[in-house]
Formats: sequence, C-alpha cells, structure tokens
Amino acid sequence: MAATIDTVEKVREVTEQKYKYGFVTDIEADTAPKGLDESTIRFISAKKDEPAWLLEWRLKAYRHWLTMEEPEWAKVAYPAIDFQDSYYYSAPKLKAGPKNLNEVDPELLRTYEKLGIPIKEQELLAGVEPTMAVDAVFDSVSVATTFKAKLEEKGVIFCPISEAVQKHPDLVRQYLGSVVPYSDNFYATLNSAVFTDGSFVYVPKGVRCPMELSTYFRINASKTGQFERTLIIADAGSYVSYLEGCTAPQRDENQLHAAVVELVTHDDAQIKYSTVQNWYPGDEEGRGGIFNFVTKRGACRGANSKISWTQVETGSAITWKYPSCILQGDNSVGEFYSVAIANNCQQADTGTKMIHIGRNTRSTIVSKGISAGRAQNTYRGLVKVLPKAENARNHTQCDSLLIGDRCGAHTVPYIESRNRSARVEHEATTAKISEDQLFYCRQRGLSQEDAVSLIVNGFCKEVLKELPMEFAVEAQKLVGISLEGSVG
Amino acid sequence: MLEIKNLHASVAGKPILKGIDLSIGPGEVHAIMGPNGSGKSTLSYVLAGRDGYDVTDGSVSYDGLDLLTMEPEERAASGVFLAFQYPVEIPGVSNMTFLKAALNAVRKHRGDKELDAMEFLKLIRAKTRLLNMTDEMLKRAVNVGFSGGEKKRNEVLQMAVLDPKLAVLDETDSGLDIDALKVVAEGVNALRGPERSALVITHYQRLLDYIVPDFVHVLAHGRIQRSGGKELALELEAKGYAEFGVDEAA
Repeated sequence: MAATIDTVEKVREVTEQKYKYGFVTDIEADTAPKGLDESTIRFISAKKDEPAWLLEWRLKAYRHWLTMEEPEWAKVAYPAIDFQDSYYYSAPKLKAGPKNLNEVDPELLRTYEKLGIPIKEQELLAGVEPTMAVDAVFDSVSVATTFKAKLEEKGVIFCPISEAVQKHPDLVRQYLGSVVPYSDNFYATLNSAVFTDGSFVYVPKGVRCPMELSTYFRINASKTGQFERTLIIADAGSYVSYLEGCTAPQRDENQLHAAVVELVTHDDAQIKYSTVQNWYPGDEEGRGGIFNFVTKRGACRGANSKISWTQVETGSAITWKYPSCILQGDNSVGEFYSVAIANNCQQADTGTKMIHIGRNTRSTIVSKGISAGRAQNTYRGLVKVLPKAENARNHTQCDSLLIGDRCGAHTVPYIESRNRSARVEHEATTAKISEDQLFYCRQRGLSQEDAVSLIVNGFCKEVLKELPMEFAVEAQKLVGISLEGSVG
Repeated sequence: MLEIKNLHASVAGKPILKGIDLSIGPGEVHAIMGPNGSGKSTLSYVLAGRDGYDVTDGSVSYDGLDLLTMEPEERAASGVFLAFQYPVEIPGVSNMTFLKAALNAVRKHRGDKELDAMEFLKLIRAKTRLLNMTDEMLKRAVNVGFSGGEKKRNEVLQMAVLDPKLAVLDETDSGLDIDALKVVAEGVNALRGPERSALVITHYQRLLDYIVPDFVHVLAHGRIQRSGGKELALELEAKGYAEFGVDEAA
C-alpha cells in the first residue's frame, strides 16, 4: 500500500517539474485591443506598415472566415473557443526596433538563453563555419535573426516575413497563399486574416543553403494567440534544411496557436522541414496547454523535386496538423516522418496528405504514435492518386505504442487511387511496452523512466534518424521527458 | 556473500517457494538442479526483484544488504546479474546503446564516472575479445532476430560488461545445441574469479560438464531437497528426479 502511495507521489513530482520551459518573461508589450473584428486586422496591418494589397488579402480572408464553421471531424474534444476573448497581436516594446543583434532587449536574449537557443552570432574561430542560423519569434513578432549577412553572400534570403513584405514584396505576393489559399480551412483562413510574423526563406537557383535555418517560436503573453506564417521557396536545383522549435509558458488557460506553413520547390529542388514541437501540454489533469491547430503544406511544383517533413510532436494539449505534399512535378518525392507522443490528457490528431498528380511521383509515410496516461492519439492520413499520376508509389508505415491501459491509439488511413498503375501500400502495427521489456532493462540497471525512454526511442528510431544531427539528441531527450511518470 | 533463509514466495497467490535455505560464498559456483515446475525460475526472479513474485516469508542478505527491499535496478547496480532464460527483444535499440546505457546507469549508482563513447568502445572491444565474439552483434537491435545461441551469448556479453558480483544463470542451456552450449560455457568460465559468485540454474547435468560447480543443490516442491558436490549432478543424470517424488515422464 505504502509503495503505491510512494509511486503516485513520485509520478506527481516528476510530472510537475517536467515542463522546464513553463516560465514567463516579464517584458512590456505592445498589444492590440482584445477581440477580433476588421479594426484588429487594420491595427495589425498598420503596425507592420503593410502595402494595401496585403491588407485587402487579410480582410478578404476575415470576411470569408466569418462564413466558416470550426471543423469537427478530428478525434479531439475541447470546449468552444471564444475568439473574442483573446489578443491577436502582442509585441515586446522595442526602443525604435533593433538594428542589429547588439540592440536586442537583454531580457529577450536571456529568455532565449534559458531556452537553450543561440541567438548570438558567437565569435567564430577562423575557418569555422556556422552550422545554423536562427530566427526568433516572440509572441507576434520576430525579435532577432542571426547570420543574415552570411546567408546573403549566397543569395539566400532568411528573414521575418514582415520584413520580406517590405523588402521582397514581389516574391511574397507571388507565393503567399499559393499553396494554402486564404479560403483553405477555418484555422488557415483565420491565420490569413491575422497572421503576425514568421519566417521567410528564399533559396536561389542552384544554391545549397550553407547552414541549417531554424525558427524558434515562443508564446509569452497571456490570453494571446500566436498566428505565424512561414513561407519557404526553393528555386530550381536548390536545397535547404529548416527546423522549427516551439515552447510556451505554463498557464491554466488554453492558448491558440494557428500557424500556416507553405513550401514550394521548383525543378530538382529539395526542402527538408523538421519540427520539434514542445508547446506547453497542460497539466496532468488536462488544465491549460496550447491548442495547436496548424496547416502545413508543400507543393513540389518542379520535376524531380522533393519535400520531406519530419516532426516530433510532444507538446500541446491538442495537436491538429497534417503536413502534406502536393506532388505536381513528374518524379517528385514527398516524405512524412512523424513521432507523436500524447501523455496525460493530451490529444493528438495528426498525419499527412500525399496528393500524387505528376507521373512517377513517390511518397513515403512513417508515423509513430505513442500514447500514455489518458491520452488519445490518432493518425489520420490521405494518399490520393489522380488519373495522370502514372506509376505513382506510396508506402505507409503506421505504428502505435501504448503505455498503460487508459490511453487510446487510432489509425484512420484514407486511400483514393484513380490510376491503375499506381501502387499504394499501408502497414500498421499496435504494440504495448511489455512488462518483460521493462524488467529486462531494470535488471540491467536502468531506472523505470530510463527504460521507458530507451524503449520508446527505439520505437521511434526510424523517424528520429531523419532529424538534423544537432537536434536528434535533443529530440531523444524530449521523448524521454514527455513520458516521465507514464509508468507508475 | 549471499544468504537465503527460509525463503517463501508466491505467484498470483500460489505458493511456489516453500522455505529455501542457501548460502553462497565469494567466488563459489553453485548449481541448482530440479525438474520443471520446481520453482527454479521463481527463485531467480525473486532474487532479481521481478514484480508479481511476492515474498511471503524469509530473508535474503546480499553483501550485507537486505536484498528484498531493493528495487530491481538497485540490485543490478549492486552487482546482481540475471542471465535470462528467454532474453527479451528491444526493437530499434542497438546492443551498443543498450549496453552503454546500462553500464553508465550502474556506474553512476556505484559512484564511478560515466564512460564516454570512446572509453566505452575500448571497454566493449576488450570484452568481445575476451569472449571470442565479433563486433557485428553490437550493431544489431537488442536480441532482435538473434538465434537462440546468439541470445545467450549476448547475455554473457552483458554480464562481462556489467561485471557483477553475483551472476544468476537461469537455464542458460535451454534451446542450445552442443556447440552453442560450449561457446556460452567458455564465456561464463572466462568470467569466473575469486570475487564473482554464480548460481547456475539448470534442468540437465549437461551444462555442468562445461561449467563445473563447487556445489550442487536439488530443488523440488519449492525446497532444496539435497545438497552435495559436483558428483551429485552425475547421480541425478543417472537416476532422474524420481527419488524426490517427481515423475518426469508424466
């Protein structure tokens, strides 16, 4: 009996300390009035000094959004969101806006230091090349972007999207909304109306981006939604690897994060997009946490182009996202590698859509879902082969792992093939961490927590190995931390 | 170094061990022989601390510690090693990763410095050489797709790396052909030393041709029925377990 109480206590301790990014930065903010109407959108647009066409686009989206209904098909349950009880713009007050990294508010630099994100251009030893450039988005604005000059030498544009609107309006206008139209879905449309910042990347023809690009999203302000918009264009024959990370303070309220990411690859170009999502997941009773309702889509427009999504989803109270590939170019390739962990009361409904349009298009889906506590984890995916997609190929591998007996795993694959030469394969497995495995590990000296972490990391290995090396180690640790307390 | 007194244990409420007394000194190799269902594996699980094996009476003192109050990982860290009858598969985790995690967990517990990748590699190379093994096994996932012989050799490798003071070998001979048995036994013998005691659990005398014990005990009906030297094993081989009221043919 005593042992049981001990275990419960221990689990509580571990669970309470597990989200180490739950702090709040005390910083003065410039905030839009609460609520959402056309004046909010004009406020945001004016703050960013946007051209008229963009304001019109936002308003068109907003008016369309008013006619839409929240989607209800996902296997997630949550109380109705009051869209008027939220702030749509919050920016740390800056004295005239930082011109360079030395002018960034030290409080913000400290925040990112605490999060382990390098937003300094450290003095590099002669001959050592930087391996990663970072764009840091704090609530509604980008506060710093590193190595911009270094990237410009190669012609690579990496900057906040608000800056791109000013400096590269033609590129933004040409591509914005071209993959995810403003009318796409409820949350994407809301994002189109109120998006605040996010990253913009353009890699010119034939250029291999010399370092990893990374955006770090932080929600800080209370009652504030984050609506970032990311747009990445890889011109013919280019390559870029991009990674995003996300955290938020620990709060009892739910906060909305509705982002849109659009990727475009031209002939022979390749984008590798990796996500380590660790938004605050809520407490063990399901109080608080981020609603992560995100639309991510890539268009392989050119022949032989490739888009690869890798995601490690450990945070958020609810995750609703389906990073997808539209395989238009002949011989284009789409990949989706996903680890989704849901513990305690988290709900995840995630997967992908692979739309085969061009000939010889190929797609690979590897999804690893882990459920623990009372969590519900759903893989939802669509593989669609259109009539002209001769010889299209898809392979889907969908594995679920259950920890404990109160959680759920669900797999909902949709397959639509309209071409007889297409080959579509779907494999799925469901397993539990066995008592045998745990005991075996513990007999070799590993604690129960370490044993779970090791076994789960083994289960996810196929996906984790797709992450850029610098992040693979972090992701492995995160997998372990997310499941702490899951075995009593 | 191991003192088992009047040990009673149940599984799912059913008494299996009914008063075991056994004393093992440093460096001694004891064999426990017994028919199926006599409680041999239960004894090994009780010593290792597996959930579901409830001790109802008696005590086990190990190296001055009250073994029965310790968590399985604490027992492992203080030098108790169980070579499993059925080693468990862990998909996606390489043997190398597993061994390094286990060794560092144990070293940490013992207050030793954890080994980095290079130091570990050096150590593991020395151990595989000692046991005449190839590195190839290290790259594969723990026990996944291993043959019966490979699994048991892997257990011996783990034992060599973790360097226990008390090794419990649970039916290490089961499922092995004679060649595999010899390889495994050579490995175990290479690890014998004045500081390492062993409890070799087996159904057949055959294993004891290769791992020669100092003492042999016969376990039947949850108790040790007879103890003796290595010649006792030969006697059992000839006569079977009939004299202990066990009809093996049934």
